[in-house]
Amino acid sequence: MTFDYIVQQLINGISIGSIYALIALGYTMVYGIIKLINFAHGDVFFVGAYTGYFAAKAGLGLILSLVLAMVVCGVLGVIIERLAYKPLRNAARIVILITAIGVSFLLENLGITFLGPQAQGFPEIVKKTDFTLFGGVVIDSIQIIVLVVTVILMAVLQYIVHRTKIGKAMRAVSYDMEAARLMGINVDSTISATFAIGSALAGAAGVVFAVMYPSVDPLMGIIPGLKAFIAAVLGGIGIIPGALVGGLLLGVVETGVQSIPGMSLWRDGVAFGILILILIFKPTGLFGKNVREKV
Amino acid sequence: MMMGKKFIAVTAALTLTTVGLAGCSKSTSSEGGSGDTIKVGTNLELTGAVAAFGQSQLNGINLAVEEINKAGGINGKKLEVISADNASKKEESTRTATKLITQDKVDVLLGAAISGDTFAAVEVANNKKVPMLTPSATNDSITFDAKKSKLNEYVFRACFIDSFQGKVMADFSAKNLKAKNAVVYIDNSSDYSKGLAKSFTSTFTAGGGKVVAEESYQTKDTDFKAVLTRIKTLNPEVIFVPGYYEEVGKIIKQAREMGIKVPMMGGDGWDAPELAQIAGAENLNNTFISNHYSSEDKDPKVVKFIDNFKSKYNSVPDAMAVLGYDGMYMMADAIKRAGSTDKEKIKDALANTKDFEGVTGKIALDKNHDPVKAAVVLEYKDGKQTFNTKVQP
Repeated sequence: MTFDYIVQQLINGISIGSIYALIALGYTMVYGIIKLINFAHGDVFFVGAYTGYFAAKAGLGLILSLVLAMVVCGVLGVIIERLAYKPLRNAARIVILITAIGVSFLLENLGITFLGPQAQGFPEIVKKTDFTLFGGVVIDSIQIIVLVVTVILMAVLQYIVHRTKIGKAMRAVSYDMEAARLMGINVDSTISATFAIGSALAGAAGVVFAVMYPSVDPLMGIIPGLKAFIAAVLGGIGIIPGALVGGLLLGVVETGVQSIPGMSLWRDGVAFGILILILIFKPTGLFGKNVREKV
Repeated sequence: MMMGKKFIAVTAALTLTTVGLAGCSKSTSSEGGSGDTIKVGTNLELTGAVAAFGQSQLNGINLAVEEINKAGGINGKKLEVISADNASKKEESTRTATKLITQDKVDVLLGAAISGDTFAAVEVANNKKVPMLTPSATNDSITFDAKKSKLNEYVFRACFIDSFQGKVMADFSAKNLKAKNAVVYIDNSSDYSKGLAKSFTSTFTAGGGKVVAEESYQTKDTDFKAVLTRIKTLNPEVIFVPGYYEEVGKIIKQAREMGIKVPMMGGDGWDAPELAQIAGAENLNNTFISNHYSSEDKDPKVVKFIDNFKSKYNSVPDAMAVLGYDGMYMMADAIKRAGSTDKEKIKDALANTKDFEGVTGKIALDKNHDPVKAAVVLEYKDGKQTFNTKVQP
C-alpha cells in the first residue's frame, strides 16, 4: 500500500464526504431551529436533482441549474412546512416526526407517478477534467467543485445564522419559541425562512449529487438522506460546522474501510460501529456541548 | 360534537367503500367462475430498481397475448392479463403472487423478471399448485432447489441459467480475450449476481486463469471509487461485473474515468437502454455481455417479432421483452396441449415442452425445468450492442 494509494483513497473519501456534508447542513439547520428531524429532506433532495435535470436538458449551465433548484426546493420547503408541519406546531414531537415520514413517502410516490420509476441519465453540464497531482493521484474538477460548493454554502449559512437579523430571530426561536413570540418576533415566518433555507440546501445538494453520479430517480434521496442524517448526528445535530466535519469523517471512514482488501462489504458495519462508539462517549456528537448554544 | 360528525362521516365513507369493493370482487370472481377467459397473472417489477426489466417484459407479454387472441385464443378461450407490480422488492413479490392467486384467481402465473423476486414467489406457486413460468430469472436454484435436492414442481422458465451464463463469459474471456487473470465485482445483495460470479470463477479457474480479487457492492450504491482504486492497483486483464444496469452503469463510468481501460463484462442484467445513458456511450466501448438474443439476428422469426414490436411500442425490443414474449407463447403452447385450464395438466404439459420454436431459439426443457438453448455474446460499440458470437450449450 503506497503513499499515492492512500492519498487517492483520501481524496475519494473527501469527495463522498462533502456530498454527505452538503445534505447534512440542511438537516442540522432545521433540527437546530425547531427540533424536527425532517425526514422529507432526502426527498426534497431528489426534487432538487430533477429540477437540475430538467434545467440541464433545457440547456442551462451548472450555476443556473443550481440556483433554479435552490429556488424550487426553497418554495417546496415552505409549502411543506405550511401544509404539513404548521398545523401541528403544538402537537407532540412524535406526531410531527411521523408526519415528516409521511411527507417523505408522499414526495417519493408523487415522483414515481409523475416522473416514472426508472433512473434517467443526467446530462453532462460540467466538463470533467482530471488533474494528476503526483504519482498516480488523480483529482477531477467535479470533486473540487463539490467540496468548494459545500464549504461556501456552509460559510453562507453560518453567516446568516450568526450575523443577520433573520438569523438572530432563528436563534431566538430555537432558544424559546414562546418567549420569542412575546418579544415580537414573527415565529411563523422565521420557521418558514428556516425551511426555505434548509430545503434550498437540499436542492443544491441534489444537483451536485446528480452531476457527480449522473443518474436521477425518485428514490435516489433515501440512502444519501440517511447517510447525511448520520453525518449530522456524528458531528452533533443542530451545529453547522458539525455537519461538515461529520460528513467528511463518514466519507473518509467508508472509503477507508473499502480500501482494505476483502473489506468492501464491511463499509456500513464499520461506519455505524464508529457512530455508536462516538455516541456512547459523546452522546451529543463530536461538536455537541452539554449546555448547547443552539445553532 | 365536531368529532362525532367527523366520525360518522368517516364510518359512512368506509362502509360505502367496503360495499363498493365487495361488489367489485364479487363480479370478478363470478366472471372467473364462468371461465370464458384464461387468466394470466403477471407478477412483475413495474416500479423500483429494475423497473425497466418488468415494464419491457410486460410489453412482450402483452404483444404475445394480443397476437394469440387475434388468432382466436387458446382452445376457444381468450387470454386475459392481470398485471400486478411487485415494486422490485422480494417481500412485495410474495404478496403479489399470493394476491394474484387467491384474489384474482388466475389460472397461470408469469414472472418475476429477476431471480430474487422470483424466489420470493416460488413457494407460493408450489403450495397453491399454480403453474408459474418466469421468462427471465436465471438463478440455478429457482426450478431445482439444490439444498433440498428437490424439484419445484410448478415452477418453469424460458431462459438459460446463470451457471451457463457465467461459463459462457469465462470461456469467452479465456479464449477470445486471452485473459489470464480477472477481478470479479459482485452485487452482494443479489442472488443473480452471486450465481453468475460462482460459475464464472469455477470455469475460469478450471481453464487455468486466476481470479485475483473478489469484491462486493450493494444495490443502490452510487460511489465505487474506493474499491475501483484498489482494483486498478491489481492490474487485472478483465473485470467481471455481473450486476444490474443502474449500478453497473456507474461502475463503468467511474472505472473509465479513473483510467481502467481493460475489458469489462457482465450478463443479461446489463441489458437496458438506460445503461448507455448512465455510463456514457464512449465509456461502454470494450465491454461484453452474454444475452438471450441479438436484435441484429437475421433469423426471419426474430425480424418479424422486431417489426411487430416496433410498430406497437415504437422501440427496439430488449432481451426482457423477447423473453416475456417467448414465455407467454411457451405457456400458451402448454395450455393448448393440456387441452384445459386444469392446473396439474398445464404443469405436466409445460414439463414436456420439446422443440418449442421461440424467438430466442429452440427450447426444450430438461428434467430440472431448465431450457437448453443458445446464448449470444454482445459487444458494446458507441453505446450500441453489436453481435459478437453465438455459444451453443
